[in-house]
Amino acid sequence: MKSDVSPHLRRLESESIFILREVAAEFERPVMLYSIGKDSSVMLHLAQKAFFPSKPPFPLLHVDTTWKFREMITFRDEAVKRAGMELLVHINEEGLARGVSPFTSGSSVHTQVMKTEGLRQALDFWRFDAAFGGARRDEEKSRAKERIFSHRSAAHAWDPRNQRPELWQLFNTRIKAGESMRVFPLSNWTELDVWDYILAENIPVVPLYFAKKRPVVERDGALIMVDDERFPLQPGEVPRTESVRFRTLGCYPLTGAIRSQAANLPEMIAEMRASTTSERQGRLIDHDESGSMEKKKREGYF
Amino acid sequence: MLEAVHAEAPTLIETAALPTLRLLTCGSVDDGKSTLIGRLLFEQSLILDDQLAALERDSRRHGTDGDNIDFALLVDGLEAEREQGITIDVAYRYVSTPRRSFIIADTPGHEQYTRNMATGASCADLAILLVDARKGLLTQTFRHAAIVSLTGIRHVVLAVNKIDLTGFDAAGFEKIVADFKSFAANLTFETIMPIPISARHGDNVSKKSANTPWYDGPPLLDYLETMDVSQDLAARPFRFAVQWVNRPHLDFRGFSGTIASGTVRPGDDIVVAGSGRHSRIARIVAADGDLNSATAGDAVTFTMVDELDVARGDILCDPKNRPEVSDQFAAHLIWMSGDKLIPGRSYLLKAGTRTVPVAVTELKHRLDVNTLGKLPAKTLSLNEVGVCNLATTSPIAFDPYKDNHTTGAFILIDRATNATAAAGLIAHGLRRAANIHRQGLSVGKQDRSRIKHHKPAVLWFTGLSGSGKSTIANLVEARLYGRGVHTILLDGDNVRHGLNKDLGFTEVDRVENIRRIGEVAKLMTDAGVIALCSFISPFRAERAMVRDLLAKGEFIEIFVDTPLETCIARDPKGLYKKAMAGEIANFTGIGQSYEPPEAPELIVAHQGQTAEQAAAQVISLLTAEGFIDDIDDLGDDWSI
Ligand SMILES: Nc1nc2c(ncn2[C@@H]2O[C@H](COP(=O)(O)OP(=O)(O)O)[C@@H](O)[C@H]2O)c(=O)[nH]1
Repeated sequence: MKSDVSPHLRRLESESIFILREVAAEFERPVMLYSIGKDSSVMLHLAQKAFFPSKPPFPLLHVDTTWKFREMITFRDEAVKRAGMELLVHINEEGLARGVSPFTSGSSVHTQVMKTEGLRQALDFWRFDAAFGGARRDEEKSRAKERIFSHRSAAHAWDPRNQRPELWQLFNTRIKAGESMRVFPLSNWTELDVWDYILAENIPVVPLYFAKKRPVVERDGALIMVDDERFPLQPGEVPRTESVRFRTLGCYPLTGAIRSQAANLPEMIAEMRASTTSERQGRLIDHDESGSMEKKKREGYF
Repeated sequence: MLEAVHAEAPTLIETAALPTLRLLTCGSVDDGKSTLIGRLLFEQSLILDDQLAALERDSRRHGTDGDNIDFALLVDGLEAEREQGITIDVAYRYVSTPRRSFIIADTPGHEQYTRNMATGASCADLAILLVDARKGLLTQTFRHAAIVSLTGIRHVVLAVNKIDLTGFDAAGFEKIVADFKSFAANLTFETIMPIPISARHGDNVSKKSANTPWYDGPPLLDYLETMDVSQDLAARPFRFAVQWVNRPHLDFRGFSGTIASGTVRPGDDIVVAGSGRHSRIARIVAADGDLNSATAGDAVTFTMVDELDVARGDILCDPKNRPEVSDQFAAHLIWMSGDKLIPGRSYLLKAGTRTVPVAVTELKHRLDVNTLGKLPAKTLSLNEVGVCNLATTSPIAFDPYKDNHTTGAFILIDRATNATAAAGLIAHGLRRAANIHRQGLSVGKQDRSRIKHHKPAVLWFTGLSGSGKSTIANLVEARLYGRGVHTILLDGDNVRHGLNKDLGFTEVDRVENIRRIGEVAKLMTDAGVIALCSFISPFRAERAMVRDLLAKGEFIEIFVDTPLETCIARDPKGLYKKAMAGEIANFTGIGQSYEPPEAPELIVAHQGQTAEQAAAQVISLLTAEGFIDDIDDLGDDWSI
């Protein structure tokens, strides 16, 4: 713990480390979902601190939808190499074979098949009994009451009627055979906390978070980056080059960019502090149907 | 027209000197809790344009304030979910100002309120109690204050809301404050800060209101930003629960965990609370380089100067100021499960990083949370608070909750469903640690039975020779053993060859045989064991004699009611054949009659029931009568 971390961040850090260690101590086969974004970067950094000088006693898992930004995949492989940890990559081959894609199937079906079902397949295949996710409660009004340890049945179902109260730091980690737990060590962090911490601890993040000239087209009011040749341009449509950055990172056809000149972390944080729109605005999946978060969660998406 | 009060020039890295304030908001429905939280978020510009646009739309549609913004809509959503039956105990909101960050635990009202408040309170340092200025103090206000006090929150803000609706009446405010202070005299608050506010219009929320010139205190936000709630945990005796043993290779053995209280440096003496073994801290290992001190709240890894036998669950502490170590203690229990407390039943207790089997040995009384008065109780239901004695199967280290919230709190877990059944707050230990001499303390039957987590009994199998008594008794014993129940099987084989080898088969000897068996069975129950006795025991008088020897309810007479013809047909040892040939005199069923029990606790083996079915019937009886628990994974759980 460095001295230039505020007492606020230091406490968040300690609490997250406690959660990471608790899972390592109480579960047989934990895994950390690594989605390459800023939250995953912080979570991975915390895991390295929590178990130092040991390596974190669990592998990383990336559920690849095959539509991630290319820079994300490059960054992922570098980050994993730096951490010296095992990375498991799972692709829902069956979904791929069915030709599911964000363009042909729509964002909901794509996310459901490639992400939600993909995740379940991976958890079942490797028989993980606990999976860390980087979700935060401040992301959305509906997540405010989310548990840190979220219990799932053997069928990965979340039972909203039967959640365990969380008292003090005494997490009830007991599960029956076949059941599993989703664990969110960053529950109490806000978006700004995450960036402040990345700055204070000098944590590498995907350069897509910083403004740069990138080829984009405008679709339904959102700026979508043309990241590879799979992008179906409409007749006469020509990508423009604009200085943009991303506030969240997901599948490139589903992630809206924002116009920005903030080319590095301090500039970006300053811009964000002055910002007046919320993080999820750029995430196209949330606009699909209202209350969709709740539904996705019940189906096993984070 | 909206005017967000914009935060001053944003700083890049927060430098707030005071740590995050974790607070709990409580109030009855419609007291204005959501409005207050919504306003705080709004005034700190934490409501962003897209959210604001949605809010303005929603306010016009569902709001309660005409065309004005209904701030409550910013945080609501809990009610609708509640209607769908989603369990919501606490919703967390995050507010931060240039001076301080806040984590607000917001608990919805209605049923389950005790459970929800306790959950939110467990991580809070301060509570805002909302009161409607027009209504004054209600029963709920007392209830909320009592729970807040019980969970150890020492600071409360009495927010007298809707003060605009009383015409900013000073006298009404003063009366509410006086009433509250007189009630709170019985509680354990260190500070009480009454503030007259209007959540809807913003009076005294983040700016001092011109409408309340008679109020000379700070506005709510100012107060929250500057309130020092630190308990000075850093200066308290050192407590550290080992969470994970860090062994990257043979030359490094570290103990990872979070410091509950105290401050330590390399070279400091420590002791393992349970074993009493001493050592010194060698290094405080961190990824960015070793630290030269670590303090309460820090997640760290220690190495020790000596090889110490330490595992997850152990508590390292200050040798000069140690926690209590005991397997029995008194505590408050806040019941959180729909399944009632069953005293004597085995639950799992998780305290710090330790999980052990535990049972409530005595429920002293229940608390009326409105008045804190004592009520008699045999059990605890959802949302009830009780004062109990508990016994764990092995000693644990703890402090009273009032001295240390981390080492004084625990949860109870239902072993069958894995639900979190209760929150516990330790009051004090009930007897000294195992390593302190125990002479003078006599250990009674109750004590012996307590550590076994089942009740002693004598299962008396009576019936004809060849009726299946021993087969059934053996099956029952195997099942009990599988659940971790301590048993002994007494039958002709092990009794006649030892204890009773001097006895023959005369009338007198037969009675003496049963008398001795009864005495042995009684000793077994004194030891806390379930004794299975399998004897023909044809006479009612003998069986009654054993019944009378034992404590009431401990003699369970099981009549193995196999018809004589079946027994003769089976004749496993060829005894019937011999008896019918006149070679054995007084053979039960042939030369001597069998007196069937008149009111046995159980009849088995009639009408072609199999031995397996009979054994299952015996197990259900033991479960139903509370001799053993109705779970079957007991064996595994003991190895935690
Ligand atoms: N006049 C006035 N009305 C208020 C005040 N605070 C809340 N209200 C109104 O009281 C009602 C209930 O408020 P709400 O925040 O939903 O209460 P909750 O159930 O405690 O969350 C709403 O119609 C609010 O607009 C206040 O300070 N003054």
